[in-house]
Amino acid sequence: MLLALGTAALVLVVLLWELTRSRVLGAAAEARARLQAIRSRSREPAQLDYDPGRERRAEQRARELLRSCVEQRDWEMYRDLGFLRVSGGLGERRQAAGASYAYLIYPHRPIVAYVPQTGALLNEYCVTFPDHSRPYGSARLPDADDVLAKWMALNADERRLIEEANMHLPGRQIDPERVRRDLARLSRWERETLGGASRREVVGDGDATGIVRAA
Amino acid sequence: MKPGHGEILLAEGDVEVAEQERRLIEAFRRELDAGMWAAVPSERTDGRRQAELVKSFGDVPRDAERVIFFPRAAGGAPRTDR
Repeated sequence: MLLALGTAALVLVVLLWELTRSRVLGAAAEARARLQAIRSRSREPAQLDYDPGRERRAEQRARELLRSCVEQRDWEMYRDLGFLRVSGGLGERRQAAGASYAYLIYPHRPIVAYVPQTGALLNEYCVTFPDHSRPYGSARLPDADDVLAKWMALNADERRLIEEANMHLPGRQIDPERVRRDLARLSRWERETLGGASRREVVGDGDATGIVRAA
Repeated sequence: MKPGHGEILLAEGDVEVAEQERRLIEAFRRELDAGMWAAVPSERTDGRRQAELVKSFGDVPRDAERVIFFPRAAGGAPRTDR
């Protein structure tokens, strides 16, 4: 008797499942879709609106702007090496025998101050240019724009930029070994591209990391 | 300079034409009021490129080709990724 009742109950459950399966599965799928929609609505605009194509076009425009503002050689330095070097202007030797210090400008990385004659690293200056209006969901400028902003600010008012920045000892954010490798790359790049050394003067004691200036 | 876009033309005109100069001044003030810095890139007589930060439209050289606005500098947030 019990066995018969159990079998009947089992058959009933299977029949009910067969009858309602499509509806149950449909409702589950609908619930999943609704949950997904709620999640994407609550996501940050930056994640929602990120468009790699647009970012690439922005970077292209930024590179053109940078190219139009800095000297040809500086542009080539950035294009080939990924950073810019700028002579420090606050030192007393800038106009005389060459800058007593210089900066390496990396995109979205601290500015690194160093001594060209010895390659000694001095400081990291952490500075950003956040656009709080976040026009496309992000406050971050394209890489080349960030470099240009640093170049213009250093060039126009070095003291003001340095005062705005957070100063740290070397190695806080950028591995000093990386900077030394970059200085060596810069030195190699200058040797390879400077061919016509007669047109330019290497300032300093012929050191590999000396400042190069148009003669 | 705009995140996600790069360079955007805000206004253009001839400072010798009063109406156009007025539009340029309005655009200039709008950007500065929004907290932007304004820089005028130029070339020195020896050919070296430089930039000058300006705080009023009157500081912009009359023969300047363009003024570039960019977000003002702020001390960077500490990061540890090396």
